[in-house]
Amino acid sequence: MITVLFFAKYREQLGVSCMDVQITSALTVSDLKQQLISDGGADWATVLLAENTLCAVNQTLAKADDLVTDGDEVAFYPPVTGG
Amino acid sequence: MQRRVSIQEADFDVGKECRGLAKSSRCGAVTQFVGVMRDYNEGDDIVAMELEHYPGMTERSIESIIDRAAQRWSLLSVTVIHRVGALLPGAQIVFVGVGAMHRQAAFAACEFIMDFLKSEAPFWKKERRADGAERWVDARASDTQALDRWSSDD
Repeated sequence: MITVLFFAKYREQLGVSCMDVQITSALTVSDLKQQLISDGGADWATVLLAENTLCAVNQTLAKADDLVTDGDEVAFYPPVTGG
Repeated sequence: MQRRVSIQEADFDVGKECRGLAKSSRCGAVTQFVGVMRDYNEGDDIVAMELEHYPGMTERSIESIIDRAAQRWSLLSVTVIHRVGALLPGAQIVFVGVGAMHRQAAFAACEFIMDFLKSEAPFWKKERRADGAERWVDARASDTQALDRWSSDD
């Protein structure tokens, strides 16, 4: 099982800030997105496939082909606007 | 090197933070940047703002930026404070302070840390307009472009 977090605009669009997700084996960030979209539907595709969506695995910025394994914390969020 | 990173709802005292940066007897320069909330953005009057962050990753991200600054310049102290939660126009949002032996390092590192904080640290602003409508602030291309100057002279 992994933990998936959503922040800011994405948290509001999907109506979820934190969820547990079962994965059968290690998969890439891009595979995880496809799994979430097939479970969640069109709204999820809009958020997860947006060109500027960022992903962090265990609180480190991750790329589409980075691996997610059991126990990981994965976050999806829009470009940052602090400061 | 002395360092302090704080993500907090409470306001901060700039004078106190600056004195804290100059504790080392070798310190000859302290620079600071304070980000303040405007009451105007993208053509609209703004009456309030909510700042969200990613607890844990935000702190790690800022620590990593400070590490990179300390590799480029000889620094004695760095303090980064960023507020989260509800803020009103005029409020202090962020403090970046750097102590060094000489001003060049202190000025440069302060700008470097602020530039990377704006494009890497996971914070998100949601602003409320005078008519009550709320919107998430969009990232600016100019903030990403600001990083270019730090890569050209590597």
